[in-house]
Order: sequence, then C-alpha cells, then structure tokens
Amino acid sequence: MESEFETLVIGGGLVGASVAMGIASKGRSVAVLDGGDSDFRASRGNFGLTWVQGKGAENPAYARLNIFGAGLWPSFSEELEGATGVPIGYRKPGGLEFCLTEQEWIDRSEEMRLVSHHTDGEFTYEMLDHDEVKKRVPLISDSVLGASYSPHDGHLNPLYLLRALQQNMISLGCRYLPNQKVASVIRDQDGFKLHTKDRQFFADRIVLCCGLDNSRLAQQLGMHIPVEPVRGQLLVTERVAPFLSMPSLQVRQTCEGTLQIGDSHEHTDLDDGTSLSMITKIASRAVKIFPHLENVHLNRAWGALRIMTPDGLPVYHQSEQYPGAFAVSCHSGVTLSVVHAGMVADWICGSEPHHLINAFSADRFNV
Amino acid sequence: MFKRIDSNQNINLNTHTVDIIFEGQTLPVPAGISVAAALLFVDAGFNRESAISGSPRSSYCMMGVCFECLVEIDGKLSQRGCQTEVLQGMSINRQVLTLKAGF
Repeated sequence: MESEFETLVIGGGLVGASVAMGIASKGRSVAVLDGGDSDFRASRGNFGLTWVQGKGAENPAYARLNIFGAGLWPSFSEELEGATGVPIGYRKPGGLEFCLTEQEWIDRSEEMRLVSHHTDGEFTYEMLDHDEVKKRVPLISDSVLGASYSPHDGHLNPLYLLRALQQNMISLGCRYLPNQKVASVIRDQDGFKLHTKDRQFFADRIVLCCGLDNSRLAQQLGMHIPVEPVRGQLLVTERVAPFLSMPSLQVRQTCEGTLQIGDSHEHTDLDDGTSLSMITKIASRAVKIFPHLENVHLNRAWGALRIMTPDGLPVYHQSEQYPGAFAVSCHSGVTLSVVHAGMVADWICGSEPHHLINAFSADRFNV
Repeated sequence: MFKRIDSNQNINLNTHTVDIIFEGQTLPVPAGISVAAALLFVDAGFNRESAISGSPRSSYCMMGVCFECLVEIDGKLSQRGCQTEVLQGMSINRQVLTLKAGF
C-alpha cells in the first residue's frame, strides 16, 4: 500500500478537502489522512453561509480576504458542480442581518462602514429601515427595526459542498485515506514521518487541517496554534412555503423549503450535544423576527464545535523550525474554501504566500 | 398503490366504524385504523400539496418516516396521518401550502 506522498494533508473536512483539491489540481502527489466518522466534524454541522458582511470590521486583512473569497464563489461553484455533478445549491441573493434594537442598528452601521472602508469601498451595503426590509421579506414582525443588507453574501448546502470537494479531489488524483487519525508526527533527515494507529506515512510536506486537533499536532512540530471549541446549535424545521429569499446569520431557508436556525455561541469544552434551553432560545429569537414560524415544527437539532482562535481570525502558518510543515485553521470553512483551494494550495506547493494570506501567520500568538 | 388484504365488503360498516369529517364531508371508516389508511379507504386522492412546488402528495411509507401523509387534524397542521388513529368526529383537512393554511 502506498505510504509516500509529496504532500500529506491531515484532515478531510471542508478545509482539508479544499487544500488537497487545490494541490491535486496542479498534478502534484497528495493524500488526505482523515479521521473517523465519530470524530468532531465541524464540516458536518455547518450552517452553509458564504458570508462577508461584518467580517473583519476590526481586522482589515480579514475583511479583504473574505470579500476576495466571496467574489470568486460564483465561478468556483460553477466549476465544482460542472466537475462533479453534485448540486451544492449555491445562491447569492445577498444577505440580511436583522436589527431589533436601536443599539444593534448603531453597532451594525459602524461595522458595515468599517468593512467598506477596509476594502476601499469594494464592500457595498445598505442599512434598510423596517419598511425597506418588509419590501424584501414581507413576513418580518413589527419588532424588526431594520436590517443591514449586503449583496456579497450567499448560501449553499454545506454537506453537498463537502461531498463535491472530496469527490473532485479524488478524481484529480488525490488519495483519500479515512480512519487514519494521526497519533504522532516527527521530522527527520528524510522528511516527515507520521504514525496512525496501524500505519506509517512519509511526506516532504504536511498540512495540518484537522480542526480542533491542529493544536496537538502543531505542538509536535514546534508550532503554537491555539484553537478552542465554540459550540453552535442548529435547528431544522419542516418544509414551509418559500418566504425568505435571503439568508441571515440566524435563519436561512434552503431550496428544499426547510429552515435552518442557529447562531448560538457556547463554551462547552468538547460537548457537541444540544440543550433544550438553547434550542428554546434560538427558536424564540427566530419567532421574534418571523412570528408565523410559531406553529412550524422542528425536525432536528444538532450541535457542532467551531474551531476558534483567540482572535477569531484564520491561521495560515508555515513552521520556521521545520519548513514544509503548514497549518491551516479557520471557522469559515465554506466562505474561505475557494481561498484554500487557490492561493493557500499555491503557497503550500512552493509559491510565495499571497499578500492576502500573509497577515495570518501564527506568530501573532507568540507574544 | 395500496390495497386492503381483505376486501371492503368484509368490513361491517355498521358495527366497527367511526365517522371522520374530511374536508367537511362526514365519512364512516373502520375504527382502529390510521388517518392515512382512512384517507386511502375513502379514496381521498391526495393529503396535501408540497410546500414548495404545490404538487399533490399522498401517503407513502405508512410508518412515520417519509412525512408525505401530513394533514391538518382537528386544526393542528403537519400531523402525520399514518401515526394517528381515527377517532369519532375527528376533523381532517388537506394541508395546502403550509404557511398560507396556517396564517
């Protein structure tokens, strides 16, 4: 069985599959070592937004990275669907963020202004009052004061996206090896040597894309990548007649008619379950915005763990001690997928890092 | 698609029946069967319209999984007909475009 590759990508979720697909598309030798089905899998609990508005208000480099990624999404989605035949359901109708209080409106306006400023006006938006929102989404309640709108936002089916990325990376020549959680990694004169429970692998380059496990493996290579879990709970309703043409951070309607409701943030360590109290809170907030949802049934709820760095920004890092060892961490695996398959894969294959990702070295945590 | 194993003639409609009210019409059906089975029994044709395409739908799995048999029962929307037993006087309506029907 083949065990030597030029590049080994550790982790086959949205991040790892995107990076591996990008590397394979250059005809390079690459394999993905993925964990097991019961491991923590942020990619399987994702909300499915390609989201720009508000992101990077406090970090100009992040604002620029996001709008760059979002701009590439329409053609990326077309190529991916064309190559795989998997209907990822990407749509870009723009996104809304509802404001229920005066303070939310003021804060949102400032966030939007900053993102626009950081991107030299490339990020465009509107602050809509109640009547303007109602024209676009007639079923909002009177307690919606207004909303921010940006045409850059979109949404898709994140499970189909994951499947399309994995399918495409394999058809481009990448080997996919599931149930190969990496126990240890060392660097000797021949390259990187990795041990899983029952196998050994060798590579010239390795890319850590294994979510919450990145900290542990990074440490073995002398890198400091602090990430911690932040739980989000998601609800899915029965199918209802289409009424919500645009996604928001809290609610989106899928093309099948179901509603996904979420946007909770909890520090629960490694507990990725659900709680009745949070389900109630999430559902109540949705009903406050859309009162007609009061009698709609929930079909499912689940929890998933986001991968969060201390500053909430992504990590694109190459080890100084062991060049050829890379780490990629982020909590926006959908929006940034196109960046990971593109400029991040280029950088791993030997190009100079693009200036848009250069700002996200993990050196910022060593202060 | 679904056929009774016994024939309708074998059911004594005088002794073991309840009356359901389907779309305003009072209809005797065998006691003890599910709403979904009762709607097949009375040849209801369809139970609901799809919330997205509006196409007419009828019961399919008859075991609580597929959600095709959703109907309005005694004013409550989105009830699975196959998981609900018919009762005397039960009011059953087709579910037409979930949101409009409810609001």
